[in-house]
Amino acid sequence: MSNLKVNLCGVELNSPLIAASGTFGFGREFAEFYPLSNLGGVSCKGITLEERSGNLPPRIAETEGGILNAVGLQNPGIDHFIKYDLDWLKAQNTVVIANIAGNTVEDYCAMAEKLSETSVDFIELNISCPNVKSGGVQFGTSCESVGNITSEVRKHCKKPLMVKLSPNVTDIAEIAKSAEFNGADVISMINTITGMRIDINSKRPIIRNNTGGLSGPAVFPVAVRMVWQVYNAVKIPIVGMGGISKWQDAVEMLMAGATALQIGTVLFNDPYAPLKINYNLKNYMEEKNISSISELTGSVIPW
Amino acid sequence: MIYDTRPFKLIKNEEIARGIFDWTVENRELSKLAKCGQFVNIKVPGKTLRRPISICDAGENTLRLVFQVKGEGTEIMSQMKVGDEVEILAPLGNGFEIKDGKRYCFVGGGIGVPPLLFSAKQTKNPMIITGFRNKDLVILQDDFKKITDALYLATDDGSAGIHGFVTDVLKEHLDEIDEVCACGPIPMLKAVADVCRGKVKCQVSLEERMGCGIGACLVCACKTKVGNEEMMTQVCRYGPVYDSEEVFYNE
Repeated sequence: MSNLKVNLCGVELNSPLIAASGTFGFGREFAEFYPLSNLGGVSCKGITLEERSGNLPPRIAETEGGILNAVGLQNPGIDHFIKYDLDWLKAQNTVVIANIAGNTVEDYCAMAEKLSETSVDFIELNISCPNVKSGGVQFGTSCESVGNITSEVRKHCKKPLMVKLSPNVTDIAEIAKSAEFNGADVISMINTITGMRIDINSKRPIIRNNTGGLSGPAVFPVAVRMVWQVYNAVKIPIVGMGGISKWQDAVEMLMAGATALQIGTVLFNDPYAPLKINYNLKNYMEEKNISSISELTGSVIPW
Repeated sequence: MIYDTRPFKLIKNEEIARGIFDWTVENRELSKLAKCGQFVNIKVPGKTLRRPISICDAGENTLRLVFQVKGEGTEIMSQMKVGDEVEILAPLGNGFEIKDGKRYCFVGGGIGVPPLLFSAKQTKNPMIITGFRNKDLVILQDDFKKITDALYLATDDGSAGIHGFVTDVLKEHLDEIDEVCACGPIPMLKAVADVCRGKVKCQVSLEERMGCGIGACLVCACKTKVGNEEMMTQVCRYGPVYDSEEVFYNE
């Protein structure tokens, strides 16, 4: 019997598919469709030390094969998350990944400290949000700043630490190495690619923030390339994401070097996508006589 | 079950005014859950995002959805054929709150008119005021005539009905009604809210670019004042219907 279970830093996931941060809230809305235990985990909406109201609308624009978004980290704040959302989500029998973002390194450290005393399974360092004025991506675009924030948060973090990388950089492999060297347990990648669309009638950018983050099938080949580059540069596991929308994409991303996967944008098109991908992955494994999904990780045979 | 996504069978697709299409879709399981003022999210072949469309009317097994072609997605929808299967997530959002013993006035502008039909049917002796840019865009008047005699039509250019705005009509009849339910463009909603302020309660139904449709992705934000607190709320989940005094119309 083929097995979708994945071991990520000693934490067992029911499936390699994790709901990507920002597309899934804290899970309640999607639990209306199916038990969240069908997922390997849920990466929660990015949380900050204090509540944030986010950007003015419009916050989304459709593009060819994708979407641009600029929500601006709207969230109820970390204390609210711990008090009202975490226990419920934990009870759904899925792995909980707390995605944290801040204005300063101290913010990240304070949140890591608070979350270390809770039941979250992973802390995902969001140093790649392109849609806020300060914080977010400013920490994620140089080896020095990634190294610095990773090592500082590491001192306060008793949970497995996942560092989420931005694709808006010159050399993502070097950034990943810096995260690994400074104490990251897992790399998750890629966050969205900065983009823009303009309404040709009003001459206004469609998104109120002017620019937004591109996600969806349009970014998939970029994500596969970057995961492959990072897989060849680091020894820690990679959670691959960026435009995965069908089981073939999942296999491809695993072959590029991912140990687990996150899916997001496809959920807006088909909330049942994770169940369909799980089902088809199992069929594929049986057909190819693969007993553990981990056998696929990094199995690409480059020319 | 509050909502789910299922294949619906398209059993009617008719252009009822220039660029405005009238669908009837069939799915027993989800149609019967629909409440007035709610919406659905329609999967469009080849598009990443679904298209949110208000529920115009609901039968035991069917939903009626009236939409305007605004871009590529709605263009594809307009060309779908009777017999096609359409994947629809429904029903979504909080609709109009209708209480017994009140006389309601439904005020709609343009493509904001359709959700008022199902809503007006839930009330006794409703007053209905609809406004359109011109006579070519007038819709649903025959449907409204079947449920009330108090039906008023206004057009911006005077080519049908009264020459003027829905608010011109509403002002004249404000003392005949207890509450207003409105749907239409933001400037109209703001004007209706101004007319109602301090006189009658008013509910407004908003439109915003959406992602998931269920409140998870937070893209369809509206700046609102709930109690004394200003906050961004999600149009898809908290709305699309708001108390008119909760909404910041200019932002």
